[in-house]
Amino acid sequence: MKDLLRQFRDFFVSLQLTVVLLILSLLLVFVATLDQVNLGIWAVQEKYFHSFFVLWKIPGTDFPVPVFPGGYSVGGLLLINLISAHLYRFALTWRKLGIQLAHGGLILLLLGELITGLLQQDSSMRLEEGQTKSYVESFREHELAIIDRSNPDYDEVVAIPEAVLADQKSLQHPKLPFQVNVKAFYANATLQMGDPAARPGQPVATQGIGTRVQVIPLALTYKPDENNLPAAFVEITGPSGSLGTWAVSPVVGMPQTFSFEGRTWEVVMRLKRHYLPFSITLHQVTHEKYPGTEIPKNFASRIQLKDEAAAEDREVVIFMNNPLRHGGQTFYQYQMNAAGKMSAFQVVNNPGWLFPYVACILMGIGLTWQFCLGLLGFVRKRTAANPV
Amino acid sequence: MKRFLPLLVLLLGAAYLASTLRPEKNPTDFDLAGFGQVPVLVNGRIKPLDTVARTSLLTLQGRQRVSSPETGTLVNSPAEWLATIFFNPTKADDLPTIKIESPEVLTLLGLEEKDTRIDYDSAVKKTFAVLGFLPSSKSRFSYNQLKAKLPELDRQGRLAEPVEAQLRTPFQKQVITVRNRVILYLQLRLAVQMPESTSFLTELELFERALPAGIAAVLARQKNEAHDENALRVMKEMADRFAYMEQLGHLRLVPPAAGDTDPTHWELTGTKLLESFGTGKIDPTVMNYARLGEAWRKGDTATFNQIVGTLHDDIAPRYPEAMRKSDIESRFNAAGPFYSSMTLYVWAFLLAIVSWLKWPQELGRAAMWLLALAFVATSAGIFARMWLEGRPPVTNLYSSALFVGWGAVFLCLILEWIFKNAIGSVAGGLIGFATLLIAHHLSFSGDTMEMMRAVLDSNFWLATHVIIITIGYSATFLAGFLAAIYIVRGLFTKTLDKATADALTRMVYGIVCFATLFSLVGTVLGGIWADQSWGRFWGWDPKENGALLIVIWNAVILHARWGGLVKQRGLMGLAIFGNIVTSWSWFGTNMLGVGLHSYGFMDAAFYWLIAFVASQLAIIALAIIPLEKWRSFRTAAA
Repeated sequence: MKDLLRQFRDFFVSLQLTVVLLILSLLLVFVATLDQVNLGIWAVQEKYFHSFFVLWKIPGTDFPVPVFPGGYSVGGLLLINLISAHLYRFALTWRKLGIQLAHGGLILLLLGELITGLLQQDSSMRLEEGQTKSYVESFREHELAIIDRSNPDYDEVVAIPEAVLADQKSLQHPKLPFQVNVKAFYANATLQMGDPAARPGQPVATQGIGTRVQVIPLALTYKPDENNLPAAFVEITGPSGSLGTWAVSPVVGMPQTFSFEGRTWEVVMRLKRHYLPFSITLHQVTHEKYPGTEIPKNFASRIQLKDEAAAEDREVVIFMNNPLRHGGQTFYQYQMNAAGKMSAFQVVNNPGWLFPYVACILMGIGLTWQFCLGLLGFVRKRTAANPV
Repeated sequence: MKRFLPLLVLLLGAAYLASTLRPEKNPTDFDLAGFGQVPVLVNGRIKPLDTVARTSLLTLQGRQRVSSPETGTLVNSPAEWLATIFFNPTKADDLPTIKIESPEVLTLLGLEEKDTRIDYDSAVKKTFAVLGFLPSSKSRFSYNQLKAKLPELDRQGRLAEPVEAQLRTPFQKQVITVRNRVILYLQLRLAVQMPESTSFLTELELFERALPAGIAAVLARQKNEAHDENALRVMKEMADRFAYMEQLGHLRLVPPAAGDTDPTHWELTGTKLLESFGTGKIDPTVMNYARLGEAWRKGDTATFNQIVGTLHDDIAPRYPEAMRKSDIESRFNAAGPFYSSMTLYVWAFLLAIVSWLKWPQELGRAAMWLLALAFVATSAGIFARMWLEGRPPVTNLYSSALFVGWGAVFLCLILEWIFKNAIGSVAGGLIGFATLLIAHHLSFSGDTMEMMRAVLDSNFWLATHVIIITIGYSATFLAGFLAAIYIVRGLFTKTLDKATADALTRMVYGIVCFATLFSLVGTVLGGIWADQSWGRFWGWDPKENGALLIVIWNAVILHARWGGLVKQRGLMGLAIFGNIVTSWSWFGTNMLGVGLHSYGFMDAAFYWLIAFVASQLAIIALAIIPLEKWRSFRTAAA
């Protein structure tokens, strides 16, 4: 039994394993990079890096076979190898200090990436000059929002995420005086003018835009410049029966409203929102070009940051390579339409953002230390060999 | 005598370098050096006309010299060619300055065997042409030769343009390249005057005189009053021609009015001429260029030189900083430090190789001095570029090639200083020459001091991430070349004794450690930059992956060595494979044409990359040959 354990240990702390894993990761990264030409960056990440195995479909069938270890397998094993070798061989000596630091930094970097991968939230904020927003929107995920518009001062919103809609069930919420019955959900669909009755098998919308359009389901897209646009048929049911069925999709441009018990409600499928405890107002966008060219010199947005809790109300300029960090969120200049006076920020909430910085410092010091130590030893040996 | 050889070589090299620094002499009485120093705003920065001439020639025809294989040099300097195309297009249209490589495009343009054949006058040249030492067919043609078929070229270009760059066929790529060359040629042709005009100056003078009547006629016409039809027609005709100049023009020759220093107010000749309908006067700079043209065509050197002085001195006090740079830049162009470095690198390489066979001490030292000299010249060139741009050394693919070579040669000098076995000089000479050659070919795509796109516009990150990662490239390449020296010398010569072999092993190992340090830190810094500007540390972008591959490969080498998986020869093989990994990260990733970093897309380079990878694989294959077959070790064993 002990023998078996020792074999396990020797396997996991061995340099051979390190070399094999490194070569596997080299091949994985190389092939994944080449495949970006075909699949685009998002699909490649899913297929090669965010997976335990790279799957390959036997041509002509839908049957996937694992052909290569994926990013999680290789990365995970490397991490195990690294940590176990580190623990097993750990010795606090000056000679090994650099190696320890460098590998410690590497462990930190990989852990940081894991944390980032699990916890990072990417969203966007799109503003026109003069507009104020206190929420960010998801890039890809949608939600069904049911909004009570009755109070002129504020709206009350109940949002149902895409994943819940996909279950196609009946939903009840304490803030809603009615039931929301999801009769059908399509992860990607488009709307088209035409008679809804012409599409048998689909629920029939009795209210709003749905009475005049058809919902055409589409295949899911993975292209970096395309989004999946979900659509759903939702029926609102009060205590005394159905109020009607609506077709909802982010493609619908106009609000779909109805009245119930003296209050006005709106039902809308939109990009998932996340509300912030502060607000941002866009004052001005600037898009500078180099004289006589179309080469962009700078994109800058002058904004007002207002956070009552933090007692902050100040002007900030966000431009390339100069994001705004506030309240755990980081705002990056993302897109700009100077003619339309519109600016979009990428908003990132990444609790692990500091990891790479610390890792970089550790690895830099460690490797420099080791390199200088080696160089010193080399010079000493040489002077000893050829005394002048 | 032998003792003084290194000193003699050093002096000869230094004298050669000094000779390139002499101020340019004008071969004729026209002050063309002065003309080359006149500033112009193009592609976002103020630069001398000399730079415009040189980069235009490189883009049009892949070299700065204008010549034909039969008659030799046709124009004395790039500035003279620019003056010719500006002021005397009739003559310029006969000069072979537009390069066409593709036989299909030649056919498209109606150029047949009789147009491309070269008739050498001497028998020696004819023999050389048959043997392939001299070109046997022409690849550069004059505008007049192409003129008749340009509409067809344009049509083909329009067909090819909507196709995505990576999906274009070789023919489509060539059509677009040649069409862009013709467009650039046409742009230069009408930068200062209408090309078909015989005397633009007279025409402008007449126009200025006719302006008051013309403007009156236009105004009257607008109010539906009686007006001079003839004056109106003249105005309309001129306006159309000026608008054409404005539409196609790209050189902003006209500085803003005195007191205005905003660089965005530099204007095209066409724009200024159109403005004269409002002001009733023609801009003085436009008039000066017209006078310059008149003097050029008439051979009036005194007037030409005086106007050149005016154009330069008018602007000098208003943009002191830009003008100082512009003047230095034209001196820098004339000195061509990278060209002289290339020559010196070749000599250093050859001397060092010979030193392995004969006079190791003297020739070895001479080679090292030449290498040092070439390094000084390259450094001077890189510093000059940094000062001109006001940026850290690496800003685009071209400057990365300069810097990769610079870093590798620097490391070679250190190695040579420590080991004194000429290996550093051989590797340094080879890498220095090769990287400058790569840079030379990259310069065909236009001005190498282009403006930085907004996302890259950060001197801090350019100075840290980019520099460190580029040094990582240098070191990985150097390790690979040292390893190649080990294999070639060991296998084919008897000069690789045990001491040299061990020394080479230590060199390769040390350089790989250095490469690991720099590529790892550089890559992580790149991630931090990405985190700063895009909000993510790592995005699996091809260029990022390329950098990661170099780090992983260097780590593989080190761990394989530590784990005892490889010995000397294995280490060498792995280090050579590092060359493949690095070249792919450097150029291959850009060729994919995807991702945020694909700022330097090139086609022709693809085949060179394949050839390089194949050559490295061949050397690795050589390394696999059993040791007893190696000449060095065979004798050692015997």
